[in-house]
Amino acid sequence: MPRIPLTWLGDHVDLPADLTAETLAADLVRVGLEEEAIHSSGVTGPLVVGQVLELTPEPQKNGKTINWCRVDVGAHNDLDEAGEPTVARGIVCGAHNFGVGDRVVVALPGAVLPGPFPIAARKTYGHVSDGMICSARELGLGEDHAGIIVLSRLGHGDDVTAPGTDALRLLGLADEVLEINVTPDRGYCFSMRGVAREYAHSTGARFTDHGLPSDDVLRERPPGFGVEIDDDAGVHDVPGCDRFVAQVVRGVAASAPSPAWLQRRLTQAGMRPIGLAVDVTNYVMLDLGQPMHAYDLATLTAPVVVRRARAGERTTTLDGVERTLDAQDLLVTDSTGGRAARVLGIAGVMGGADSEVSDGTTDLLLEAAHFDAVSVARSSRRHRLSSEASKRFERGVDPRLARVAVARAAALLVEHGGGTVDDALTDVDRTGAPAPVAFDPAQAGRLVGVPYTDEEVRSTLEEIGCTVDASAVPWRVVVPTWRPDLLAGVDLVEEVARLRGYDAIPSIVPAAPTGSGLTRSQRQRRAVADGLAAAGLVEVLSYPFVSAAQLDALGLAADDERRHAVRLVNPLADGQPLMRTDLLVTLLETARRNVARGTTDLGVFELGLVTLPGADGGVAPRLPGGVRPADDVLATVEAAVPHQPLHVAGVLTGLVEPAGHWGPGRRADHADAIALVQRVAQRVGVELAVAADGERAPFHPGRCARLTAPTGAVVGHAGELHPQVVAALDLPARAVAFEVDLTALLAASSDAPVEATPVSTFPVAKEDVALVVASDVPAADVLAAVRAGVEQSPAGDVLEDVRLFDVYTGDQIGEGRTSLAFALRLRAPDRTLTAAETAAVRDAVVAEAHARVGAELRA
Amino acid sequence: MTSDTTLSPLDADGVAAAVDAALAAVAAAGDLDALKSARLAHTGDASPLALANRAIGALPGPDKAAAGKLVGQARGRVNAAIAARTAELEAERDARVLVEEAVDVTLPAERHPLGARHPLSTLQERIADVFVAMGWEIAEGPELEAEWFNFDALNFGVDHPARQMQDTFFVAPPAGADVPEDGSGLVLRTHTSPVQARTLLERGVPVYIACPGKVFRTDALDATHTPVFHQVEGLAVDKGLTMAHLKGTLDHFARAMFGPQARTRLRPSFFPFTEPSAEMDLWFPQKKGGPGWIEWGGCGMVNPAVLRACGVDPDVYSGYAFGMGIERTLMLRHGIADMRDMVEGDVRFSQQFRTVI
Repeated sequence: MPRIPLTWLGDHVDLPADLTAETLAADLVRVGLEEEAIHSSGVTGPLVVGQVLELTPEPQKNGKTINWCRVDVGAHNDLDEAGEPTVARGIVCGAHNFGVGDRVVVALPGAVLPGPFPIAARKTYGHVSDGMICSARELGLGEDHAGIIVLSRLGHGDDVTAPGTDALRLLGLADEVLEINVTPDRGYCFSMRGVAREYAHSTGARFTDHGLPSDDVLRERPPGFGVEIDDDAGVHDVPGCDRFVAQVVRGVAASAPSPAWLQRRLTQAGMRPIGLAVDVTNYVMLDLGQPMHAYDLATLTAPVVVRRARAGERTTTLDGVERTLDAQDLLVTDSTGGRAARVLGIAGVMGGADSEVSDGTTDLLLEAAHFDAVSVARSSRRHRLSSEASKRFERGVDPRLARVAVARAAALLVEHGGGTVDDALTDVDRTGAPAPVAFDPAQAGRLVGVPYTDEEVRSTLEEIGCTVDASAVPWRVVVPTWRPDLLAGVDLVEEVARLRGYDAIPSIVPAAPTGSGLTRSQRQRRAVADGLAAAGLVEVLSYPFVSAAQLDALGLAADDERRHAVRLVNPLADGQPLMRTDLLVTLLETARRNVARGTTDLGVFELGLVTLPGADGGVAPRLPGGVRPADDVLATVEAAVPHQPLHVAGVLTGLVEPAGHWGPGRRADHADAIALVQRVAQRVGVELAVAADGERAPFHPGRCARLTAPTGAVVGHAGELHPQVVAALDLPARAVAFEVDLTALLAASSDAPVEATPVSTFPVAKEDVALVVASDVPAADVLAAVRAGVEQSPAGDVLEDVRLFDVYTGDQIGEGRTSLAFALRLRAPDRTLTAAETAAVRDAVVAEAHARVGAELRA
Repeated sequence: MTSDTTLSPLDADGVAAAVDAALAAVAAAGDLDALKSARLAHTGDASPLALANRAIGALPGPDKAAAGKLVGQARGRVNAAIAARTAELEAERDARVLVEEAVDVTLPAERHPLGARHPLSTLQERIADVFVAMGWEIAEGPELEAEWFNFDALNFGVDHPARQMQDTFFVAPPAGADVPEDGSGLVLRTHTSPVQARTLLERGVPVYIACPGKVFRTDALDATHTPVFHQVEGLAVDKGLTMAHLKGTLDHFARAMFGPQARTRLRPSFFPFTEPSAEMDLWFPQKKGGPGWIEWGGCGMVNPAVLRACGVDPDVYSGYAFGMGIERTLMLRHGIADMRDMVEGDVRFSQQFRTVI
């Protein structure tokens, strides 16, 4: 994001002398430019210019030679006997790229360099070194560590480098730099010009627009270097290039170092100085917002042609990467080897190596063009190549800047590199006048809630550069060329609200609509989660990303439908590209993490969506925004979105009831898991049938229950985990788990109100019945027979409650037999049950159990 | 005891002596067992008073009445004393048992430890309750979403820079499907905003909804980022809604979440689906180092392009939308410094939040 050196911003707008980066940030945030960071050089304390008076090379035992220097640092010199600072300081320096007479940068004791690296007088190589002669890298000014800074080589003349001069100021190290965050609609704020304009909007400071072309810049010129635009395949039918200005400058020292001030500004703005020609184009871009390119004229053959790439065409960009081009890539080419035959670069993104400015370059062709934002954005994305130019073009560049930018760059080149500017100039201009926006000024008040006057609205729009024809409503507003984001009335409303201040907007709570509260399903989900927490489980959240290996660890069969998972194109971890189809996959990982951290007595649960891709679908049609799709089209979008039911799952390990003064603890077992599912179902009013399921991963084949709603829908499984799964996940032995499709369970719940049964106050009759059955008969079947038996008895439906209170196997009843003892509570709503009636109930229960499951009354 | 020594029912002195002996024995009984022995000795079948009583029958007629009165009164006094002493001793015994049964009530009591909800869930429910109390409803949508809902309907054009800024997880098309070059058209939703479009299309206008939910961005997990996080989205579309109503709603929400001192501030910003757009700062009274402004979320007036995509006429209706991070809200309210505590699923984190929050 753009870095704004305060001293540079001051070229465009009047700044208070005492302005700090912090104040500037506060001023800019009011108009929507947020502070990203405040950068300072990291250099503080006495940093001064020194002149080398003496330099004595002293070879050392380690093979190095150091220089023992006497450096005149003006007023910072040591004092002589008369108290005058005439005694030059002694400084040891290891670099050799300077000599007697050179003006250098000296960090005196007390200075702090980036690191932080405090400077102090210290004894070294047999001398007291009373300061340090600095390199560019030590000052954070660049990567050049080869030698120390010789100020004359940076372009600082002797007139500004008297010994003792403050080098912090000279080198711009005292400057503060504000980095701002620019939203995508404000491309023009990728320039000092744009930010200065916003500063003026915020503070009312006087703004000078250096981006407006003067008459001299726009004067008629003879045609220059040949430029042609061939673009019959514009993206979105928008021409890829509607402006191309080309200017020849001859006899320039193109690769010479730029002047110090220019290098300093580039560095402060976050760019690396390279050489005059490149630096000047970058400088003008940072200053005005117009990306530019400088070609070595000697390497070019006219005409330059802007055209789309041919599929499969290749080029090597300046970053040294060879790229295969796409037919949508817009190129700048020249006619070396035939018309438009050689690629000079991807338009608006990056130039190529062939026409690069090199050491011998003296004649330049400057390019300032306007490329289509979408075309540039696509190329930048396609080639994963984000450049300073592409960042600006993607967000929109002022199409009227090209001539100003070229004139500015040419002038800077001539000023600092010599040479002459050709009178001839190429300006292929296909830009049209912007279409006016129809705008009802009342819309501003209507949307913002502040009663702006028409005059306030009009003056605000003019302030941002609009031309307003307010002779009739709707007004006709021509927006400035640097604001391609202002397309409709609402965009102008935002400008009015922004410049008049968001602080002016009152705070009004809207009149309450008539809502119906949470939906039934929302309330049920809360009840389920609260119920599980009340039962002692702790809710956790896990990421939905899983690997095939995780599914393997759960022991899912090769054809298990849960292996059919949605895959991500760009997963965060390459190993986990799948979206979970089951909550336990990820919840067990969470359980494992807790156990590994020492929580071995664990109860966790999670509510979350799983993604089931289904047999077909999975590809949604591409539709434009801004238009409501037809119902059948929307239906195809919906159909492509995979089913994402809400599941709830839980894992219990170790003790479910702790040991204590009451006795030993109790380990969680399969029944706890099943009971939790039943509790969940009770909370939503569904009675679940329990049956054994020997084939459900990740459960123990002999200790897993399948839970079925009265609708017949299987809604979940619960039981002990498979020992291999427990081992693979390092869980405590005999860990148990459950998983329920809550969406399916809620679908099976009825929203009919509970019908209340009157509470009978007649006495209860208690009957115990022990039934002996073959050991492979499920208890649930026997219980069902007991219930049915009571209902069929002459007394009718008098079963208030039945509880299985004892299970016995052993010698008394014989091999392969199990005794199940049930306690029945019988009560009639309208009478006291007689002894004969309760006896008949008992007989009916035994008879039904015998008929259904071969049960015998235990003797 | 022989008949010679049998107390005569007419011997007033002898009866009085027997009564005195009985009362002394009852009074001397130190516990219920001793009292029982005294009762047997002084009122039992072989006791002097019982024998005297039995002897009344043999007396000549005129003596019967006098003897009956003398002995009956004597027995009555003894029985009353026994009853009173019994009550006394039983009360003493009961009191002693209660003392003996005393236990250490400070021993740990929790045999069935309470679980806990995750605070992100509890907070989402709390937020939902605030909006429900305002008369709003709670809407939901899928987490794996069509790009049209996540982007296009919200005015993020295919080439809009904002679409690239969202760090989106893209969904691969089904293997073997005949798929266009640009993929499946499905993503993990990058914000809860697609619920805006879904709700407008499903319910029409006017509508006032909040939508808490999970969202996804391709950020690696660290102290301040997580690829899976939660937002709450708000949307109101009706006739005559303005940014002032947006501000009022946000101020109310801020006060509900952070107390009566809280308020909000809007700063100009940009989102494709709102125009005008704003960043929302929260005046946070409990901020470390003193009260101050903290970034809380984004908001704005619903862009007419979004309304049109959802079949709503922007010339008749206007609306506002806002969204903020639940994690950030939780971190601010509860001083949570590291995002990882919220997402790693360590029960020790959730267990701190057993209460309402």
